Amino acid sequence: MNVPAAWYLVVAALLFGVGAFGLLTRRSALIMFMCIELMLNAANLTFVTFSRTLGDIAGQASVFFVMVVAAAEVTVGLGIVVAVFRRKSSTSVDDMSELKG
Amino acid sequence: MIAVTYSVPSILVFATSALLILVGALGVITLKNPVHAALSLIMTLFGVAVAFVAQSADFLAAVQIIVYAGAIVVLFLFVIMFLGVDRNMHVGVEPLVGQRPFAAAGVVITVGGLIALFASSHWVTAAASVSGKALAKGSGNVKQLGTAIFTTYLFAFEATAALLIIAVVGAVLLARRERATLSEEEVE
Repeated sequence: MNVPAAWYLVVAALLFGVGAFGLLTRRSALIMFMCIELMLNAANLTFVTFSRTLGDIAGQASVFFVMVVAAAEVTVGLGIVVAVFRRKSSTSVDDMSELKG
Repeated sequence: MIAVTYSVPSILVFATSALLILVGALGVITLKNPVHAALSLIMTLFGVAVAFVAQSADFLAAVQIIVYAGAIVVLFLFVIMFLGVDRNMHVGVEPLVGQRPFAAAGVVITVGGLIALFASSHWVTAAASVSGKALAKGSGNVKQLGTAIFTTYLFAFEATAALLIIAVVGAVLLARRERATLSEEEVE
């Protein structure tokens, strides 16, 4: 018998937690993007697990679309990082403080 | 708990994927060098691909390796090398007082809530399907997924095509230099 779906769901929840902690604490914009990828992967793993559990292909279709959106997000996000680096010579989010009150 | 013995291969596959996923994720948030962080991101993505295969999502596992490990991480590494930020990342700096404890508390509450939710809820498993045909095992899956994407989700699929075009144009627009500054540099 296959392992229960809840095991994979717990791993996905832990992966999401690690990604969220990294996103909240790391200062480098590049690392923060990687943490967003971790959180998206946790969501994908949950989708696939429920797709298997409920016997419905819609979960896998959702993962397909999440992957496309993640690719688009990384493309634009890294473009922004390159543009900011040209101006500031830094990828640290602490250096982007022009709007600070 | 009901005393059910799960098959040894499925437990081994689960343990492998969970280990790859969690060790890689911890590496991403702890390693100082961004190149090392990107490499441990690949480890996590491979672990997720293993979990996909174990749950008979073969096509998505292949796409996971090709798109994530093959394209997205390479894009990350390209930008890291291009900007030359592969050292002196200050991990220890904490500009906001108490940011880490608050972040840790929020994450623990969220994950604990999720796990409590998983433990307390019970889903209808092994039902035929919520909508449409039952999910086929193995490669029969790929055909079902293709049919679903090109019929039920056709509009969303076409919208992703538009999204990708917009993303490419936006990235080119963001990353190019201004023409005015170029000509000034030429003058100098």
